[in-house]
Amino acid sequence: MAMDAGTLIIGACQTGVQLAASLRELGDTSPITLVGEEPHAPYQRPPLSKELHGGTIDVAALSLRTADWYRGQDISLITGERIVHLERDNDGGAATSAGGRTFRFSRLALATGAAVRRLPLEGAELAGVHYLRDASDAARLAADLAAARDVVVIGGGFIGLEVAAGARAAGKRVTVLEAAPRLVGRAVAEETSEYFRAAHQRRGTLVVLDAQITRLAGTGGQVAGVELADGTQVSADVVLIGVGVVPRTELAEQLGLAVENGIEVDEHGLCSDGRTVAAGDCANLPNPYVRGSGGRVRMESVPHALEHAKTAAAALLGRREPYRMLPWFWSDQGDIKLQIAGLSAGFDQTVLRGDPEADKFSLLYYREGKIIAADCVNSAADFMAVRNALARGQDIPAAAAADVGARLKQLTREPAVA
Amino acid sequence: MPKVTFIQPDGLQNVLDAEAETSVMRVAVSNGLPGIVAECGGSAMCATCHVYIEDGYLDGLPEMSEVEDEMLDCTASERCANSRLSCQLPVVSDLAVRLPDAQV
Ligand SMILES: Cc1cc2nc3c(=O)[nH]c(=O)nc-3n(C[C@H](O)[C@H](O)[C@H](O)COP(=O)(O)OP(=O)(O)OC[C@H]3O[C@@H](n4cnc5c(N)ncnc54)[C@H](O)[C@@H]3O)c2cc1C
Repeated sequence: MAMDAGTLIIGACQTGVQLAASLRELGDTSPITLVGEEPHAPYQRPPLSKELHGGTIDVAALSLRTADWYRGQDISLITGERIVHLERDNDGGAATSAGGRTFRFSRLALATGAAVRRLPLEGAELAGVHYLRDASDAARLAADLAAARDVVVIGGGFIGLEVAAGARAAGKRVTVLEAAPRLVGRAVAEETSEYFRAAHQRRGTLVVLDAQITRLAGTGGQVAGVELADGTQVSADVVLIGVGVVPRTELAEQLGLAVENGIEVDEHGLCSDGRTVAAGDCANLPNPYVRGSGGRVRMESVPHALEHAKTAAAALLGRREPYRMLPWFWSDQGDIKLQIAGLSAGFDQTVLRGDPEADKFSLLYYREGKIIAADCVNSAADFMAVRNALARGQDIPAAAAADVGARLKQLTREPAVA
Repeated sequence: MPKVTFIQPDGLQNVLDAEAETSVMRVAVSNGLPGIVAECGGSAMCATCHVYIEDGYLDGLPEMSEVEDEMLDCTASERCANSRLSCQLPVVSDLAVRLPDAQV
C-alpha cells in the first residue's frame, strides 16, 4: 500500500474549512491540504451583501479562522491556487493548479461552491455593472455604491434585496427589476413575496415586476441606465445583477462523476464513484424534507454548508452518518429580518400570524393538515418554535396558530398518530 | 488586548485574546473553540452561541435586543438570568463566560 498522502479539499470557504475542522475533530491525524483560488484566507460571505454601506469591506474581520488555528490543527491552507486538472488512481490521485503546482492525495473532497449566473445582456461589460459573490466583488461594489446616486438591482432574490435595502437606507434612489411576477419566487409563497414588494416600496425603493430588460446603456464606458422592453429608461450609476448561482461542477465532470444541478452525492456526501465526497453549494443531495424533485435538492446556505461538511468528513473516514438536517435560512434586509424554517414547496394551506404592514408576522405553511415550514419576519420566537417542532417531528395545529396572543412554542404538539 | 475566559461544561478553561470590538462568538469560533456552534455566523438567527455570563461580568454588557431575547427563549440548554447570545457581545474588556451542555 502506498503512503497515506492525506486529504485534499478543493475550495476553501465555509464548506472546505468545516470539512478540515471536522476531520481533525473526528481524530484524523493524516495530512490535510485545503486549497482555494481566492487570494484571501477563508471568510464568511453573508456580510458581503449586508454590510456594504461603509464604502469598503474588511475581509480580515470576516475570517472564518485565525492563521494560528490552521497551524495548530496542522492544516495546510493554500490560497490563490485554482485546481484545473484532476486525476484519479487506485491510491488516490493528483490535482494540478493553474499555477503549475501538483497536490497528491489519498482522499478527495470537493467544496467548490457556486459561481454567479451571468446575464448575456448588452452593456453588461460597462463600468459600474456588478455581480456579487466574493470579497473582491464586494469591495468594488462598495466603492461604487459610496459614490452613486441611482442604483438598479436586477433580480429580486435575497442578495439583490439585501443590497437594495442597504443602498436605500444610505439615501440612494433604488430600483429593483424582477423578471418574474413576484419577488424571491424560488423560496417563498405569494403572500411573503407580496410583503417584500410592499415593504421595500414603503421604504422608498421602486420595485418593478415582470420587468423585461432590453439592454444596459452607457456613456463613455460607464453605465448610465437600464432600458426596458416597454420603453422605460431607468437611470443608474451602479447596476447589481443578482440572478442566482450555478454550482461549480467542472472538476467533478473531469472525473466523470454524476452531475445534475450540482455534483450528485448520496445521503453520506459520497459522489457516484463511491469515494470522492462533495458538500455545500456545489452538491446535489437527498434530503428527507424535500417533497418532489426525487427528494433531491441543492442548497445554498451557511447552516447547510456546515452540516453537510460534517457528514462528508465522516464519510471520508469511513463512517456513515446520513445527512438529515432540517433546511433553514435567513436574510437580513435592513430592518427586515427574515428567517425561514423548513421547505414550503408542496403546501396546501397557509396561516398568517401577525401583521405584514407592521413588518412583524409569520406565514405558516401546512400540508395535509400538518405544519411543514414558516417564513418569519421580525418574529424570532415563531421561527425557533417552528424550527424546533419540525426538527422533532412535532406539529403546530393550524386552527390556533393565527392567534398572536398564543405562543407557538406552547402550541407545539406531538403529531396525531396517522 | 482584552481576554475572554471560556469555561467548558466540564470546568476546563480557555483564555483567548480578543481584538477589541469583535464579538465573543467570533473569538471562540475563529480559534476553533468547541462548544460554540454559531451556525448563522453572528446574525442572532440561530441561537447556537448561547453562553452564561460569569458572576461579576454581567454589568457593562450591551442591552439585550428583542431578537436576542426571543432567540434565547428557544435555546437547546436552559435559559438562565445570565444567558446571552455571544454573537451580540462585542468584547470591550476582560470577560468570563460558561458554555452550556448543548447548543443544538
Ligand atoms: C453575498 C452573499 C450573501 C449570502 N448571504 C447568506 C445568508 O444570509 N445566509 C446564508 O445561509 N447563506 C448566505 N449566502 C450563501 C452562503 O455564503 C453559501 O451557501 C456558502 O458560502 C457556501 O459555502 P461553500 O464553501 O459550499 O461554497 P463557496 O462559498 O462558494 O466557496 C467555494 C470556494 O471554492 C473555491 N473554488 C471553486 N473551484 C475551485 C478550484 N477549482 N480550485 C480552487 N478553488 C476553487 C471558490 O473560489 C470559493 O472560494 C450568501 C452568499 C453570498 C454570495
